[in-house]
Amino acid sequence: MFNFAGFWALFIKEVRRFYSVMVQTVFAPVISTLLFLLVFGQVVDSRIETYAGLTYSQFIIPGLIMMALLQNAFSNSSSSLIQSKMHGNLTFVLLSPISAFEFYLAFVAAAVVRGVVVGVGILLVSIIWFDLSWQQPLWILLFAVLSAAMMGGLGMMAGIISDKYDHLAGFQNFVIMPLTFLSGVFYSIHSLPEFWQQVSYFNPFFYMVDGFRYGFFAQADVSVYLSLLVTTVFLILVSVINLILLHKGVKIRG
Amino acid sequence: MSLAVKFDNVVKNYPNVQALKGVSFDVEEGAFFGLLGPNGAGKSTLINAMSGLVLADSGQIKVQGFDVVSDYRTTRRALGLVPQELIADPFFTIRELLELQSGYFGLKGQVQRNWIDELLQRLALSEKAGANTNELSGGMKRRVLIAMALVHKPRVIVLDEPTAGVDVDLRRTLWDFTKELHQQGHTVILTTHYLEEAEALCDKVAILNKGQVQAIDDTQALLSKHPYRYLKVKVANPEASLVGPLQKLVVDKEPSGYVFQVDKNSSMTQAMAWMEQSGLEVVDVSSRDATLEEVFLDLTSAEVSADV
Repeated sequence: MFNFAGFWALFIKEVRRFYSVMVQTVFAPVISTLLFLLVFGQVVDSRIETYAGLTYSQFIIPGLIMMALLQNAFSNSSSSLIQSKMHGNLTFVLLSPISAFEFYLAFVAAAVVRGVVVGVGILLVSIIWFDLSWQQPLWILLFAVLSAAMMGGLGMMAGIISDKYDHLAGFQNFVIMPLTFLSGVFYSIHSLPEFWQQVSYFNPFFYMVDGFRYGFFAQADVSVYLSLLVTTVFLILVSVINLILLHKGVKIRG
Repeated sequence: MSLAVKFDNVVKNYPNVQALKGVSFDVEEGAFFGLLGPNGAGKSTLINAMSGLVLADSGQIKVQGFDVVSDYRTTRRALGLVPQELIADPFFTIRELLELQSGYFGLKGQVQRNWIDELLQRLALSEKAGANTNELSGGMKRRVLIAMALVHKPRVIVLDEPTAGVDVDLRRTLWDFTKELHQQGHTVILTTHYLEEAEALCDKVAILNKGQVQAIDDTQALLSKHPYRYLKVKVANPEASLVGPLQKLVVDKEPSGYVFQVDKNSSMTQAMAWMEQSGLEVVDVSSRDATLEEVFLDLTSAEVSADV
């Protein structure tokens, strides 16, 4: 039997946690992403070829939104979990009748909310200066939610496994950051040499960015269905690993 | 009598130590139960395994007849644990924490809000209800932990070293509150280093040492089973040197005399004869039974000596 009340209380707690430090968790990523847009867009607007009929600035907006969304969804669950472990207040949740599944769902749902809030913030500010179309809004929404959920789950895994902030920083800087930057946020992979194009196909973040971009321009580097498949498979994989870790109590239940 | 908790051959291993080596005992419903043992005896591991903070490797723990692993939702509703470590949450006030904790148990509405108010008032936290836990003293944090443990009105309350590091005044308040909960019918399980408190409060005691139950009995029965009694002897010539078997019986030397540990079944005449033999000019003699602390030390040090 699903303990909806318990799940909801934990979800609300996780949302209120990032809401209480909104300058750091929402406004800062919106501003830093807009700085990327300003610098990259203005400087190289006419020098890089993307899709037909699009300026470079228009092209990178969906990528930048997705990059911020992915990083913030990851940060939400990972930092909340490691802080709870460090302060010891995770004990309160572990003593309650909340199941591993409800625990996972609450953390991931809160990560999705933060990722989407940051994404919407960037989008709203971007459309003030740039002409942006969204031709397939359902794809945009679907990829935003699935990708944020996948990254929320990945953040949770990192939070469970990490014993200290240093471990988490390593995960963030040496795994998440490179995969995000090399996922086609700033370029179409068709502009890469053949070898790097092939390498990009092994990066799951590429499919999230590409599928999300398809929602805006109705054109992408690979089929949107392939992107949906890869994103969904990774989400399921991350979810299964998390549920096993939580069920076994790895690094959280003695 | 029905059982509040049943431990059945509970084993827990850590990489370099076997924390619990097959612990089995029962805690009856309505008991005030003391779980004693030196540091590293396995008390906290056992309590944490009961509450779900630690997963035991084998064995079974039942709370009010329900398995803590397969029926964890029921057992966690029945249990309220006050953990040993002080806990903080920098994002929420005390009232918010209590409301969130209630939410995890599916409790909300005016009745629950009234209970939270009552807890805050009873634990002298009302004025701090809007404060963040980071702003609180250690004693205040301890009170918050007690409020958190009681927010869902559990039948079994587990206190893991609740008075460690708190001042005398707060300690007294906590014990009065705990006694009141016990009188209301709650089962209380307590671990403490203050053995005189366990002696005064607990009707039954288990002594855990190196992951095993060393002794378990009613507190009074455990005390009366102790093979020694203690003679406090005041003498006029404390500088006199002791001779014969008396030397081995001294457990404490005071400015005005000695405390001797003597066999309960030996005659007082024999001890007096040895004192006379040593030339002690006895002014006064008082006799008392062992305290829980002496029983505890006797049981746990015997194990250490045997190991050496």
